[in-house]
Amino acid sequence: MINIFLFAILPYIAVTAAIVGAIWRYVTNRYSFSTISSQFLEGRRLFWGSVPWHWGIITVLLGHLFVVLLPLVVKGFISAPVRLYLIEGTGFALGMLLLFGLILLLFRRAISPRVRAVTSTFDVVLLVLLLVQAVAGLGIAIFYRWGVSWSLQTAVPWMWSLASFSPKVEYMADLPVLVKIHAVNAWVLIGIFPFTRLVHILSIPLAYIWRPYQRVTWYRRQPQQ
Amino acid sequence: MDVRAQVAMVFHLDKCIGCHTCSIACKNLWTSREGTEYMWWNNVETKPGTGYPTLWEDQDKYRGGWEVKGNQLRPRLGPRLGVLSQLFYNPYLPVMDDYYEPWTYDYETLANAPAGDDQPTARPVSRVTGRYIDLEAGPNWDDDLSGSTTYARNDTNLSNLTDAERASLFQIEQMVFFYLPRICNHCLNPGCVAVCPSGAIYKRAEDGAVLISQEKCRGWRFCVSGCPYKKTYYNWRTGKSEKCILCYPRLEMGQTSSCFHSCVGRIRYQGILFYDADRIEEVARAPESELVEAQRSIILDPKDAAVEAGAKKNGINDAWIDAARRSPIYKFVKDWELALPLHAEFRTLPNLFYVPPLLPVINATKKGVYEIAETDYFGAIESARVPMKYMASLFSAGNEEIVKKVLKKLIAVRSHRQSKKVGNISENQANALLVEAGCTASEVEQIFRMTSLPRYEDRFVIPPYQRERDVETAPDRTAIKQKGQTGLGFTQAPRRGP
Repeated sequence: MINIFLFAILPYIAVTAAIVGAIWRYVTNRYSFSTISSQFLEGRRLFWGSVPWHWGIITVLLGHLFVVLLPLVVKGFISAPVRLYLIEGTGFALGMLLLFGLILLLFRRAISPRVRAVTSTFDVVLLVLLLVQAVAGLGIAIFYRWGVSWSLQTAVPWMWSLASFSPKVEYMADLPVLVKIHAVNAWVLIGIFPFTRLVHILSIPLAYIWRPYQRVTWYRRQPQQ
Repeated sequence: MDVRAQVAMVFHLDKCIGCHTCSIACKNLWTSREGTEYMWWNNVETKPGTGYPTLWEDQDKYRGGWEVKGNQLRPRLGPRLGVLSQLFYNPYLPVMDDYYEPWTYDYETLANAPAGDDQPTARPVSRVTGRYIDLEAGPNWDDDLSGSTTYARNDTNLSNLTDAERASLFQIEQMVFFYLPRICNHCLNPGCVAVCPSGAIYKRAEDGAVLISQEKCRGWRFCVSGCPYKKTYYNWRTGKSEKCILCYPRLEMGQTSSCFHSCVGRIRYQGILFYDADRIEEVARAPESELVEAQRSIILDPKDAAVEAGAKKNGINDAWIDAARRSPIYKFVKDWELALPLHAEFRTLPNLFYVPPLLPVINATKKGVYEIAETDYFGAIESARVPMKYMASLFSAGNEEIVKKVLKKLIAVRSHRQSKKVGNISENQANALLVEAGCTASEVEQIFRMTSLPRYEDRFVIPPYQRERDVETAPDRTAIKQKGQTGLGFTQAPRRGP
């Protein structure tokens, strides 16, 4: 019963909350649609925390996405053990990198009085959830090796079953607790992200790449192109 | 020709007494909120000195402004992808310690301390953390500290000076300084706009004010590095950047900006300039020694019929054209060529022009007595207490001839008036100085009037904005929707964080 809630109901709740929450926040409070940087208050530790964390989490998330979206490609690729070792090794190294950054960021929030002044309870909760997620992920990589391979028969089809609105709990039901924690915590993070500072993920300023350097705004007349 | 109007400014540095009234006027109006306590949209620094924030002029440190790469003009912060790759940590961002940590005092102790042998003291308390702090920096911490090893001697403008020049500058009893009030320059080619990843900063076409949309700002903070004058600031409470808004709500009511209005020394002038927006990039790319001249050339003569027609085509009405014709800024910058942009080499085409100070330039010679020799005024410029190299580094992108020319004119004005009123300089000598400075008696008389006897309406020529009409005919009527919601364009309380 609990499995049905965690692996068949929670994902839908989380995704709904994420989409509705993000739209709601964007429409009603666009002003708050960003994170509150604390580099101005403390820069040195932020560098060692933020840079490893961000690049680590971006690459690791892209790796997860790749496995979920293109399982057949992955399956073909890892048919040679060397490549499997390579992928797992890289993933593990990146995981350690982001964990290092994350711990430093948490540590920084705890000890820097200036940063504490801008830290809300929810910021701490979020950091702890992320820490649980990272530790669980690395734990899986250590204790249940070759996840890239076995997930192709478990987590990936489960995700596809979720996507096709016919959730098959049995894919997840018999997996170790650590894997379950990693999966459930992921949905929790997705569900709460629009209500936290994580919302800044959606404000990646890609338009900067092609917009003209100068912006001139006319009040009454549209600019002549 | 694309004629646009710009609210521009002149500060006459000889008249600045360093009283900081401008800073206080601004602070009371705009930056007395939590998160903005450390911001001084208007500040007055002592030169030579490191300024606020410390070493703001050092672009190797902060990477503000533009550089010419090949034939391309690009922000010194780097190419666009390079900027984006630094989203997670901006290595060129000044941190709070480069400004100072704002504080208040523990006043309650004075009233509540138990009776004892010692007088209670009010210790400083940080306005960020609420803890007791030791004060190591504050607003105007280096005020009047010429010669100090921490501040004056680290001024980046001294880097081109020889050791002998530096030594003479900081000799005991020979020390010299002047004040440099600074606000946002509302540049024609703003660096902050160019590096804003969110595209939240924009230049208002009607009057040229450079503003940050608080709603669009996502707090990436590149504007803080990208502005070479360090006139955008990060609000650590709201997670947004803020900057001088040129008191646009005041301008729209026909009033001059608050720091101008409150200026005790009456050093400030505000008015309209017309410029050719088509030429911005070309002018900003000019070779360094020609930058000042190039910037003068982008400013258009509002009396010219073609300029008038171009202005009308762009929706600039007769009242604005009239204001441009009466603009004190046009007189200082174009007619008299007395006012110069600060650090033109940043290539942002700033719209705040400075009349460089003459007083600290004239040499004090024997026994600390000012010796203003009638016969050798220009000798005084060559052997100035403040080396011309230093003045040129500030006001003419290193081109000493431009600064010298301005100072010669200022000397001509002085000697002309002295020969008339005091009689310590003969008329012949005064006339010779006029010739040397390349100006006429009537021009000098005009400069004198505008410098010493201007009335309020001579100093500030603010055109009527007719905002109510603009608001009602605006395409999207946003301003009407937001009517009654005061503040910096906020549509709700700007409260964020814990």
